[in-house]
Amino acid sequence: MIDREQVRKVAHLARLDLTPDEEEKFTTQLSDILEYFEQLSELDTDEVQPTARAIDMSNVTRPDRLQPYENRETILNSAPDRESTAQGDFFKVPQILSGEGE
Amino acid sequence: MASIRELHHQLVKKECSAVELTQDYLKRVETLEPKLHSFLCVTADRALEQAKQVDAKLAAGEEVGPLAGIPIGIKDNLCTQGIPTTCASKILQNFVPPYESTVTAKLAAAGAVMVGKTNMDEFAMGSSTESSAFQLTANPWDVERVPGGSSGGSAAAVAAGECVVALGSDTGGSIRQPASFCGVVGMKPTYGLVSRYGLVAFASSLDQIGPFGRSVEDIAVLLETIAGHDPKDSTSLKVNIPNYASLLKPNLLKKQKLRIGIIKETFGEGLDPVVGQAVMAAVDELKKLGAKVKEISCPKFRYGLPTYYIIAPSEASANLARYDGVKYGFRTEEAESLMDMYTKTRAQGFGAEVKRRIMIGTYTLSAGYYDAYYLKAQKVRTLIKQDFERAFSEVDVLVCPTSPITAFKAGEKTNDPLSMYLTDLMTIPVNLAGLPALSLPCGFDDQGLPIGLQMIGNVLQEDVLLQAAYAYEQATDWHERQPEIGE
Repeated sequence: MIDREQVRKVAHLARLDLTPDEEEKFTTQLSDILEYFEQLSELDTDEVQPTARAIDMSNVTRPDRLQPYENRETILNSAPDRESTAQGDFFKVPQILSGEGE
Repeated sequence: MASIRELHHQLVKKECSAVELTQDYLKRVETLEPKLHSFLCVTADRALEQAKQVDAKLAAGEEVGPLAGIPIGIKDNLCTQGIPTTCASKILQNFVPPYESTVTAKLAAAGAVMVGKTNMDEFAMGSSTESSAFQLTANPWDVERVPGGSSGGSAAAVAAGECVVALGSDTGGSIRQPASFCGVVGMKPTYGLVSRYGLVAFASSLDQIGPFGRSVEDIAVLLETIAGHDPKDSTSLKVNIPNYASLLKPNLLKKQKLRIGIIKETFGEGLDPVVGQAVMAAVDELKKLGAKVKEISCPKFRYGLPTYYIIAPSEASANLARYDGVKYGFRTEEAESLMDMYTKTRAQGFGAEVKRRIMIGTYTLSAGYYDAYYLKAQKVRTLIKQDFERAFSEVDVLVCPTSPITAFKAGEKTNDPLSMYLTDLMTIPVNLAGLPALSLPCGFDDQGLPIGLQMIGNVLQEDVLLQAAYAYEQATDWHERQPEIGE
């Protein structure tokens, strides 16, 4: 149902770095699970409307009002890495662009 | 073990103080935790502080509500400001929320005393609490066995008397199944009845917060405190919340001519015969109490499991995309580039079950497969919902076993995800239809393990459901049995 190459592709889409062991295990397990899903094809659903949520509700909106947030420092401090520069406060991540132009 | 009503009486009559009560429970937690491991973190300081405030109110002659001073456990996927909220995942191990969930804020306002944060399956994905990244929780009835899941810590803590009541969350049975395994009462309310603001999202079209307790009255008190509209949750319903506990009166079933339907399809293959017998005996008891009982067919019920295991992982794969190591939580130390940081953070931060579900969900949502899986599942969801609609045109409450089996041994199903998923067979269709349902004790198997009766109500019929459960509970004494570990 699903081969190892597809498992690698899905892992990339999900941003998961899998070990060879995990790749192998997931290939078997996902195949079993997808096969289990096959029973749904017994049901004719051509004329059936999909249900996205169980209890019907119209769209809920609110005015987009600016509100000051008091725990700004707490939020910045939750980050694994941060940096403050003259431009402001930032969440810091590893280099995004390659070394060209440096 | 005392009920909310009894403890409230003691507090108001000044037979004990809230601080004393809290100390008693904290001591119990300290004694039992080495065996049970229900809590990921015990919040003794916050608990004593909250208890002091209740005592101050009582001393000043102020009126306090029924939950004031009552020790409560909170599942660790509910955000508590300043207190770690980990979802039992390594990826959130160091996460301390900057804000408070609506339900815990409401409980604090009601004077409830939070004893600690309870263990769970990682991100609520599992049926045994074994996927917790940190510890295994034992079933108080047999410590070799699992407490069920995903809210296993809450269920075990209540069963063993480490707290009086607890909160859990239920996406496919995560309150009802552990309630059944641990011999306590657990309820999943109607989708949207309780605000999910501050609940870490798993599958947004299914997740709902609900109460655990040792009696129907206790969960009714807890439910009326946490339910109600919240502008911070756009799926929250604008409805009036009845005073559920005050509606629990004797001899109701006869007066109401309550109509009960037994879901025929749940008594088939895979059902432990002892569980089936206990549930049928409970049905006889309900008949004696005045309910009219008939068999109901829900032919699409059995498609609930595959439908759920497409919808829930699909939504989870989107919800868990936020754990990227940028703004909070765990970050790998081995990253050389941004992409590297994402993939390694997630690889090291998530456990096997969470990865498996992210993989399933990413696959079922990916180009070329969406119609075959996700859309198909949403259509089958409609069919399952229609089954329930037909059923509720004939009866008021549906009954069936909560779980086809009683608590299994730790490690027994960890290598076979499908067999683990099968334990949620009977709870899952309820989430797909957004209905309220509860599990309450209805017997014990030959090994002394609790059996749960599931009662399902129509949309927003929590009152009817609680009344039916109360009538059964008053007529039986299953809920009075306690595990030896708590003695």
